[in-house]
Amino acid sequence: MNVPKHWREIPERYRMEAGKCTKCTKILFPARLVCPFCGNKEFDKINLSGKGKLLTYTIIRTAPEGFEDFTPYAIGIVELKEGVKVMGQITDCNTETLKTGDQLVAKFRRMNEEGKTGMIMYSYKFVPDLGI
Amino acid sequence: MRNVAIIGIGIIKFGELWEKSLRDIAVEAALNCLEDAGTDRVDSVTIGCMSSGLFNGQEHLASLIPDYLGKNNIPATRVESACASGALAVRTAFLEVASGISDYSLAIGVEKMTDVSTGMATYALASASDQDYEAFHGITFPGLYAMMAKAHMERYGTTREQLAEVAVKNHQNGALNPFAQYPFTVSRETVLNSTKIADPLRLLDCSPITDGAAAVLLTTVEEAKKYKNFPMVIIRGIGSATDTLSLNQRKDILEMVAVKKAVQNAFKMAGKTIQEIDFAEVHDCFTIAEILVMEAMGVVEPGNAGPATLDGLTALDGKFPINPSGGLKSKGHPVGATGVAQIFEAVSQLRGESGKRQINNPKVALTQNMGGSGGSCVCHVLEVK
Repeated sequence: MNVPKHWREIPERYRMEAGKCTKCTKILFPARLVCPFCGNKEFDKINLSGKGKLLTYTIIRTAPEGFEDFTPYAIGIVELKEGVKVMGQITDCNTETLKTGDQLVAKFRRMNEEGKTGMIMYSYKFVPDLGI
Repeated sequence: MRNVAIIGIGIIKFGELWEKSLRDIAVEAALNCLEDAGTDRVDSVTIGCMSSGLFNGQEHLASLIPDYLGKNNIPATRVESACASGALAVRTAFLEVASGISDYSLAIGVEKMTDVSTGMATYALASASDQDYEAFHGITFPGLYAMMAKAHMERYGTTREQLAEVAVKNHQNGALNPFAQYPFTVSRETVLNSTKIADPLRLLDCSPITDGAAAVLLTTVEEAKKYKNFPMVIIRGIGSATDTLSLNQRKDILEMVAVKKAVQNAFKMAGKTIQEIDFAEVHDCFTIAEILVMEAMGVVEPGNAGPATLDGLTALDGKFPINPSGGLKSKGHPVGATGVAQIFEAVSQLRGESGKRQINNPKVALTQNMGGSGGSCVCHVLEVK
């Protein structure tokens, strides 16, 4: 991981910036240059709510390099109320009682750090939505 | 377009091959293939390899492999579509011959995965997912398929026992395959009690890390008539399709659209239906993958693959045998080699050369090789004349 590779994704990772197609109004996250639904090339920039429900998930017991210290951790696909489906970790929860359909909300969290550059990477992670 | 036949097949025993290098195993499989064919003629080479850069620090296989095969100065291409790189190499070689560009085209699939640590191998494999929006968040391939498994269990009532049966069945077949990495049987209890990897998947739901290579030699049906050592196997149909790279971007994570379309395309070209297929080699990178692929190919209706597997539909002596080779699960999964190894098994079965794992007199075979979580898929329909 080098700095620009993380830095250029900051709008998506810190603010959940997405593209809203000006023609078919579908929301794309991450933003794209071409709408896969209608072929339009113009988008409005929007920020996602981060609120949604858990569609499916797993508990990672054998982690990839850089995530070994976090096991076991939950990661799943969350369908946001804007209709966008996002993959992310689920934290601040009991992994034993977590279930499909749970209401979650995205929070700004420390994701990882990279040894060689000393870069600390932040991103969204999902937590149970307690309505506060 | 010219009709294309397979006149040579070669493979090596899969495993953790510490004493052999990437080039050694690719060349060994190719030499076995040329010996099987009984000809030395190669007009072009296509190499399917997913990630020799990350696994071995070696790119430029289109120069390296023909050189060490003693076939310098011919056109060579390396193709990559993650775990579907092997079948993509066969497809490319098919197009070489069908189009008239080459008369004899060799497809080699290879992956040398044990030169790096397990962590690095997991990283290399994860590069077949969306690096910025999946892998960045700490997902692994077992994790992606685990999410599909959980969704399948919740939607259709698929059970852990049904998933385990895929591994049990494939190990039964692999135990009869001299080229398999893990040629032994496993019990259902062993699968169900193996180490947890990503809930609900356990170690024995997952295909292993493997060194391996396989090769096939293609020529025109007209040319193939010169070779009378074996019954002629013809490639009747090829089908290829893609889907979103990220699992979360799909409309339904349980519908493998790339698989569905690739199979349909291959059937359309071959003029066949699933009812006319005698057996299939499919991409069981995880037990749930075989379940999903069975449903996408139309072997059974969505939701019925688990019970059908438990009932023995796909066993070696079942009505629709799947993975007589032992599949990726028992035979091993050297990612770039897998698609070519599937063709090896299909041709071997169609020729009646598969020994103890031979299916009774098959005529038409289907192979299905996919990349990542189903972002790409390449299928072939083969028929023995």
